[in-house]
Formats: sequence, C-alpha cells, structure tokens
Amino acid sequence: MKKFGKRLYIGLIFLFLYLPILTLIVMSFNNNERTSGVWYGFTLRWFGEIFSNQDMLEALINTLVIALASAVIATVVGVAACVGIMAYSRRQRRIILQLTNIPLVNAEIVTAISLMMAFALFGISLGMGTILFSHICFCLPYVILNVLPKLRQAGSSTYEAARDLGAGPVKAFFSVVLPDIMPGVATGFLMSFTMSVDDFVITYFNRGAGINTLSTLIYSQQKRGIRASMCALSTVIFLVVLLVLLLRYYLGSKSSADKTVKGGS
Amino acid sequence: MSKKNKWLSAPYLAFILCGTVIPLLAILYYALVDKNGSFTLSNLASIAESVHLKALGLSLLLALITTVICLLLAFPLGLLLRKSGGKKGFVIFLLILPMWMNFLLRTIAWKILLQKTGVINTILGALGLGSLDIINTPTAVVLGMVYDFLPFMILPIYNVMIKIDNSLIEAANDLGASNFRTVKDVLLPLSMPGIISGITMTFVPAMTTFAISEILGGGNISLIGNIIEGEFLRGGSRNVGSGMSMVMMIFILISMALLNKFDKNGEGTVV
Repeated sequence: MKKFGKRLYIGLIFLFLYLPILTLIVMSFNNNERTSGVWYGFTLRWFGEIFSNQDMLEALINTLVIALASAVIATVVGVAACVGIMAYSRRQRRIILQLTNIPLVNAEIVTAISLMMAFALFGISLGMGTILFSHICFCLPYVILNVLPKLRQAGSSTYEAARDLGAGPVKAFFSVVLPDIMPGVATGFLMSFTMSVDDFVITYFNRGAGINTLSTLIYSQQKRGIRASMCALSTVIFLVVLLVLLLRYYLGSKSSADKTVKGGS
Repeated sequence: MSKKNKWLSAPYLAFILCGTVIPLLAILYYALVDKNGSFTLSNLASIAESVHLKALGLSLLLALITTVICLLLAFPLGLLLRKSGGKKGFVIFLLILPMWMNFLLRTIAWKILLQKTGVINTILGALGLGSLDIINTPTAVVLGMVYDFLPFMILPIYNVMIKIDNSLIEAANDLGASNFRTVKDVLLPLSMPGIISGITMTFVPAMTTFAISEILGGGNISLIGNIIEGEFLRGGSRNVGSGMSMVMMIFILISMALLNKFDKNGEGTVV
C-alpha cells in the first residue's frame, strides 16, 4: 500500500508535467482552425497545412537559422576564449568568470531590455542582426562553462608534447587538445542551440517589426487562440526530438557500457 | 598553454563588454535621466505609485508561493526517485523532454485545460465534483508558474540527492534514527546546495515573468514584468521602464542575499 502511494505520487507529478503536451498533441488532430477546449472531430489537415502557412514557415526558418548561427558563433568564440582565459592570471580569470555568470543569474527580462537600451543608445535599428547578437551573448556562458573545466582537466602537457614533437600551435590544438575537450564543446553547442530555439523574452524585445520566431509568433496568437497548424508543427518537432533523444539515450547507454568494459581491461 | 594565446579571448571580451557591461550601464543611464536627458530620480521613485507598488508586491507574493509549492513537490519527489533507484539518465530525460515543446504553447495548453468549458471542468462535471473556476485569477498564474519552473527545482535537487552515499543513511538508521529524523538531519542538509540552486532557478523567473501572467491571467493580472513590458513595448516610457527594472533587480539581489544566508556552505550549484 505504501509502495502504491509512492508510485502514485511520482506518477501524478509526471502526469502534471506531460498533461499540457498531451493536450497540444490532441489539439493538432482537432478539426478546428484555432485551439479550443472542444473536440470537433479527427483530422490530419493541419499537418498538411504546415507547409502552406507562410508566416509559420518563415518563423520556423528564422528560429532555426538564428539558433544554428548563434550556436556555431558562440561555440567558436567561446572555445577560443577558453584557450585564451587559461593564459590569464587566477585573479583576471575570476573577474572574467564573474562577468560570464551575469547573464545566467540575471532576470531574462532585464538582459533583454538592457540589450534593447544599448541598441537604442547607439542608434542600431532592431532586426535579424540584433536578434543574432543577443542570442550569441546569452549562449556564450553555456559554452564557456562547459568547455573551461574540460580544458583545465586536459592540462597542458599533451599540448606541449605535441609542440615538442614538431607540431605547430594550430595543428597541436586541433589534433591533440580539441579531441580531449570535445564532450564539453558538444554540450556547450547543444545547450546554446536549445536555449536559442526556446528563447522568447530576449527575441521579443530585440526583434525588428515584422520579424518573428516561433516563440514570438505563438505569443502574438495567444489571445485569439493558437492556430491548429502551429500545434501540428510543434507535435512534429516534439516527436522528432523524442526520437532523436531516445536513440541517443539507448546508443549512449550502450556505448558508455562499452567504455566501462574497455576501462576495466 | 602559452601566454601568447591571450589574444584568443579578445572576441569574447568584446562580447562581454558590448553584450553585458554596456547594456547594464545603458539601463542605469536611462533609469537616471528623463526624456530630455537631464538627471532625475523620478523614474526610480515611480515605484511608489500604487499600481507599480501593487504589481511589485503581487510579483513577490506569487513568486514566493510558487517557489514554496515547487519545493514541497520536488523534495519528496527527489527522495522517492532516489529510493526507487530508477536509472538516472532516464529520469533526467523524462524531466527535460517537456522543455522541447515551446513553453508558451505549454502554458497556453493550461489555458485550454482550465477554461470554464475546458477539459478539466468537463471531467469534474461528469464526476459531479463541481467546477474549477480559476482561469484569469492569480491561482491560475501560480499554477502556470509551478508548471513551468518545477523541472528547474526538481533537477538540481535530484542531481544532488542521487550522489548522497547510501552508507550515510544506513549509518543513521543503525544509530536508531527514525525515517523522519534521517530525512531531517541527514538528507535535508546534504541536499541543501541543490535546494538553494533550485530556489534561485524558480524564484527569479517567477518574479520577473510577464508572459505567464498575460496568458493565464487574461490581462487582468499585472506583475512587475507586465509593467516593465508595457513601459517598453506598449507606449510607455523607457525611462520609467528602466527605473522599474533597477528596482526589480534590487529586490532580486536582496532575496538572493537572504537566501545565501541559509546556504551555510556557500556553494550553490548550477544543475
């Protein structure tokens, strides 16, 4: 009985977390233009409409382009920064890391309007450029905080060994150091991409007129009700991510099992 | 690696300067000047207007309630998940997965669920349990906040708890501690870093949101975030908005300082 109570508690919490997702998936099959609490019958129409809804396609492309570009730029700038930071004194390093933490601990709305005010102060008009810059700014800490510990762990001896054996600094970095810190770089990149796709507040304040990402488009529809095709698109994205994560989870748990075997031998 | 590499962090330092330092100074500047650019304290003082004061108070109250509810839900869940010995990777996977559906959409889904003729009321009605009439009230906003931020409370607590050595629990039991005492004197203190970072990750976004209150409050509920958003994007004054943001930041810093007093080890962890 006690065990049943525990299971029920865990089950209820996860039901709470997944209930809205289930609702949205059901809504994407509902035969009604906009979401509502009423069931109008089953249809697959909205999945077809994903490709004919111009506004939504544009928002989707914007979202993906911004996420990819800001994740790539943040990763390159961030990894280079980490290599540089290693050369600084302990005190300088601490100051840089404290500045790095600001966007992480600050309220999102404050980060958003602070950027907006800086653009206003320098007469920079809002548009794709300002969105991209803002996204790079809030992605960078995730790269730094994932890469720097790995770089510290890796130490400098392998790099120096490669240099002693005649490799140039660039070659030594790419063939010796980079493979060592790759897990951190990959995590930083993926977190940046995810944060960028999921961002609403910072984009909302720093986009120009007429530019939408999926988040801002959804917010603009919320009063009149979300279009069913938006639910359909989100359902597709959710299922694709679910599939990728499941694959990665199963392959990942398998390969980590391999690693333990290798480590033991 | 050699000192020669220092220049590699130059682009990043430029990003910190232009993307963090200058923007924060920009808010400070706008908060301290009026429309014509001359110095004033009236932007900061406008927090004393009753509408603003009410919004700030309500934000603090709802954020506090949300944080407490999240903590009360997450701590027992952490204990149960720890005991059940489920695979760590899979539990975290289940907690992170919902975040791949846009958070605005998930919040809007609650609007659909809570409507007067919505799914929940239909079920309650069919069971003869009356109706749940909370849409467009502060209760709905708290529900939405708890929903959106609960994973940020669960994840750090779970991450810390799963690392606690079982032998400590066994030792406590062997020495005659009851289950309750083991939780209170062993598990709770050892989970503190996770709890602290969970509170931070819940309280700050709850205190500053404007989207959740707009969606589930139906425009009736004005939090400090809604006030700031209105000043900037719906024809208010940027200067007043900047002033409100400074005041809000001060309240967040005070809350965090109070919280850190409880964090005896001073080592809150990020996830």
